[in-house]
Amino acid sequence: MKNLLKYFKDYKLESVLGPLFKLLEATLELMVPIVMAKVIDIGIKNQDISYILKMGGILVLLGLIGLVCAITAQYFAAKASAGMVTSMRNDLFAHINTLSYREIDTIGTATLITRITSDANQVQSGLNLFLRLFLRSPFIVFGSMVMAFTINAKAAMTFVVIIPVLSVIVFGIMLISMPLYKKVQKQLDRVLLTVRENLGGARVIRAFNRQEDEISRFDEENGLLVKFQVFVGKISALLNPLTYVIINIGIIVLIQTGGRQVNNGIITQGQVVALVNYMSQMLVELVKLANLIITISKAIACAGRIGSVFEETTSITERNHSITETIHSSIEAKEQVPFVEFDHMKFTYAGAKEPALSDITFRAMKGETIGVIGGTGSGKSTLVNLIPRFYDVTDGEVRIAGNNVKEYPLKQLRHKVGIVPQRAVLFSGSLRENMRWGKKDATDEEIMEALTIAQAADFVKEKGDGLDFYIQAGGKNLSGGQRQRLTIARALVKKPDILIMDDSASALDFATDAKLRMAISKNTDDMTVFIVSQRATTIKNADCIVVLDDGHMAGRGTHKELMESCDVYREICLSQLSKEEVK
Amino acid sequence: MNRKRNTTTFKRILSCISRYRLGVAASLICAAVTVVLTLYVPILIGYAVDCIVAPGNVDFNGMLVILKKIAVVAAFTAIAQWLMSHINNIITYRVVKDIRTQAFNRVESLPLKYIDSHQHGDLISRIIADIDQFSDGLLMGFTQLFTGVLTIIGTLIFMFFINPVIALVVVLITPVSLFVASFIAKRTYIMFQKQSLTRGTLTSLIDEMLGNQKIVQAFGYEDEAQKQFETINEELRVWGLKATFFSSITNPSTRFVNSLVYACVGIAGAFAAIKGVLTVGQLSSFLSYANQYTKPFNEISGVITELQNALASAARVFELIDEELEIPDAEDAIVLADAKGEIVLDHVDFSYEPEKSLIEDMNLLVEPGQRIAIVGPTGCGKSTVINLLMRFYDVNSGSIAVDGTDIRQMTRKSLRTNYGMVLQETWLKSGTIRENIAYGMPEATEDQIISAAKEAHAHSFIKRMPQGYDTVISEDGGNLSHGQKQLLCIARVMLCLPPMLILDEATSSIDTRTEIRIQKAFAKMMKGRTSFIVAHRLSTIKEAEVILVMKEGHIIEQGTHDSLLEKQGFYAELYNSQFAVAE
Repeated sequence: MKNLLKYFKDYKLESVLGPLFKLLEATLELMVPIVMAKVIDIGIKNQDISYILKMGGILVLLGLIGLVCAITAQYFAAKASAGMVTSMRNDLFAHINTLSYREIDTIGTATLITRITSDANQVQSGLNLFLRLFLRSPFIVFGSMVMAFTINAKAAMTFVVIIPVLSVIVFGIMLISMPLYKKVQKQLDRVLLTVRENLGGARVIRAFNRQEDEISRFDEENGLLVKFQVFVGKISALLNPLTYVIINIGIIVLIQTGGRQVNNGIITQGQVVALVNYMSQMLVELVKLANLIITISKAIACAGRIGSVFEETTSITERNHSITETIHSSIEAKEQVPFVEFDHMKFTYAGAKEPALSDITFRAMKGETIGVIGGTGSGKSTLVNLIPRFYDVTDGEVRIAGNNVKEYPLKQLRHKVGIVPQRAVLFSGSLRENMRWGKKDATDEEIMEALTIAQAADFVKEKGDGLDFYIQAGGKNLSGGQRQRLTIARALVKKPDILIMDDSASALDFATDAKLRMAISKNTDDMTVFIVSQRATTIKNADCIVVLDDGHMAGRGTHKELMESCDVYREICLSQLSKEEVK
Repeated sequence: MNRKRNTTTFKRILSCISRYRLGVAASLICAAVTVVLTLYVPILIGYAVDCIVAPGNVDFNGMLVILKKIAVVAAFTAIAQWLMSHINNIITYRVVKDIRTQAFNRVESLPLKYIDSHQHGDLISRIIADIDQFSDGLLMGFTQLFTGVLTIIGTLIFMFFINPVIALVVVLITPVSLFVASFIAKRTYIMFQKQSLTRGTLTSLIDEMLGNQKIVQAFGYEDEAQKQFETINEELRVWGLKATFFSSITNPSTRFVNSLVYACVGIAGAFAAIKGVLTVGQLSSFLSYANQYTKPFNEISGVITELQNALASAARVFELIDEELEIPDAEDAIVLADAKGEIVLDHVDFSYEPEKSLIEDMNLLVEPGQRIAIVGPTGCGKSTVINLLMRFYDVNSGSIAVDGTDIRQMTRKSLRTNYGMVLQETWLKSGTIRENIAYGMPEATEDQIISAAKEAHAHSFIKRMPQGYDTVISEDGGNLSHGQKQLLCIARVMLCLPPMLILDEATSSIDTRTEIRIQKAFAKMMKGRTSFIVAHRLSTIKEAEVILVMKEGHIIEQGTHDSLLEKQGFYAELYNSQFAVAE
């Protein structure tokens, strides 16, 4: 929460002026009963028509000034709340972008998106209401009491008793009902889950003929929801009747004491009317206040959630850039040093008990192709994610050109690595824009070259719009295979020193896959290429194959070496290839 | 057109409520009692004030009687008010529950065509968010609309009863308030539209960039993304400020009109008091009416927007409820007992969209116990055949028969019970692992479940889970890998062992070593059972007795692995292409 308070600084003036004008308006409102009392006590009593008109004029004037004050207050409140939340949103977006894969994994993307959208919106409306109303309602409640004291201290004592009683009732009911509302919300989530599950599993549910069981499960959840809703409704429905009764008791007491005071000549009839008016004014304000508190406490909860994202700091920090020269120059200096090297590397995911990878050691020289193969969950993707330092290793080292990856500035490191992720994601925008993700100023020729290598040039031409072809969000207007080839091209545009293909040809048929690999090896002499795959054919011809089994390295070497020495590798190959093809 | 739709929706809602007409009647009676009593209290207070005239001229006895009356009336008002809210809660939530249950029952019996072709998010939001919106609107309509209208009418009657002239003044000024409110609302509407439009743009940018944050980081695109974000965010700030500000003018403006009414009542009342037509007490009643009377006007405009939203939401829900159901089973439908497994496809035509033909004139005879493999490029209609076999979709023309009976002449339930199905899309329900394996056979014993899990090679990883078979699978199986989920789906079928099997890419996410082991279990399971296998990896289907090669909805080749290779056709090309390694 603390790191959110700083946004008030930029809107200090607005944050003070908004409530101030609101208080001014409230003060004017508090004067109305007094003026009315004067009308009764002086105007009516003395039959003074011009006095009554004068006072009527004052009432209208009070209303008019109040209107101006209120509008001014609304403006400042709107300006401050919109402005503050906008800067907060900017900062939040920037902050999220600094988080490393580790934090993204723990928090979850969906959560981050809710924080920056709906939570931020809630904060904005809460803030706006807070600046406008939060001071107003208590001010009127206590102001009424103060005004009552100026009329008559004895009668005003009623206010002193009634206000705490009302507060206990209002806050008591809120305290009881708020956790119950949360329970309702949770139950609603369960109902939602059931619906979602039944849509996603429609085929399986029907295949196993479980529709009726699902319906009765839904009825159960739905019935529980209604039960909770009615229960909490019953409690919060007490608020209005109870406050109404209390206020009326207050009025009864007021009239009685007022009557005595009038009888003794201490106050006038008009003043009694004014006292009663103050009492009824409080009722309206208290109900408003209760609603306001609900909105604001929601906003505070949202702000807390946003704050917790801000507190999340990246686990990957840059060292004081000890290496200033580029990777290129350093590699030329030491030709014999392996380009990429894993040295007794161990890695454990945040919160996991067992390491995902342990004791990984291998090296790749410049221009070599490394194949990484292994079963589901053996740690293949994790391994390649450590090269551009998306995660920090738990133990051991990953070195590029002889230097630990932690020594490089992150930007420079990632600039040298082109990655083709497992999930082929493209962004809404033209094909050209998408291709320029790797290199901002890439020319059309450079892009076409990359597309050709990635075996994408043909279908791009077929689309007719060339590089202006508009890609819809998520690449919905492309097939899976087309998307994969474009993501490969996107990485190639960068002309990286290290290219990582993380199972990125899975949607391609075998022939295209083969052509693609041929084109890459032909056109990228200097590139060190990592190919992650489940298909033995894809990595068979690599200079070095790393075989992973359940987070351990089961073997490394060429296809031929591994066929002789590595059981796991042999088993994989035999399961996929015929005897002759294994050779 | 729109109006007509609204009326039909409205009638529909009324018919949903009519089940609870006794409750509605009770609620209306309570509302009427509440309003009348609430309006009566200011009059009583007025009488009480009139007992207090001047020093020495206070009628204490008369006052006491009136005060007692006030206390009783206030108590009854409170009770009536609470009863009304409680009844309204019960009616609203029950009606909502009925509608939600209807909607959910629809989901279970809608044709799969509908579920496949509609976004699940949209359907979910109809059943959850729309119904919620409807319930809010209904509740508000119940409590506020009716009491609001009654209050206005009641106040007018009471006011005319006390003093027609002043009442007329009030009636004449009130429309100003409505005019001001609608004037502002019209202008604000455009700004709100702009605001939500910009908000939408921002959300889709966030969705895209944060949803794929790992790629954004891999390509060092953070700064670009931030720039785009800040531009749209600034636009949102401007519209947000305008929308919030202009909409918040409404309140002070109508309040100003209220204070005008108040001033006018004050002046007119004072004149009347001087003339002696009005007592001071009556003036005080009038003043509190003037406050009360305008409040419902402000509320009603809010209620009407809420009701419009509710109506629109209800229409969307009813649309879902009115969707055409699956063609019900024929009255005289046969119950397919243990099928032998003879399947005949006779001149089957099918397409998802009328203008795009898919399967044309497909003929096939499957002997009991035969193993049929279907291969072909993506989109050739492999999965469609399965949709037709399970009768998730009905053929357009031609017929499919099992054991000599057209599948449209048997109950869906019995047909589907005879099939065991493992799909590429792994769907598990939220619940324990045990519940999931026993999904097709809830009465299975522990031993049966464990042996099924062992057959599917899932036992060992299940044992390693924190709570073994009682481990709760979170929504969508988030805590399991894709391969593990697939193993559980296989175990689910292993438990039921129906006479016919469908395996659609059933092992696509399982590593090849585990796959070999499962294949053995599959082979055992398939013995003597008619089975259909769809697979990407050609190595997994070599054993099939009949291989169907499909292309663009037609069976273009048919035979055993060897005979097809000999034929040197499409299959041979497909098979050889996977070994076309780039040398």
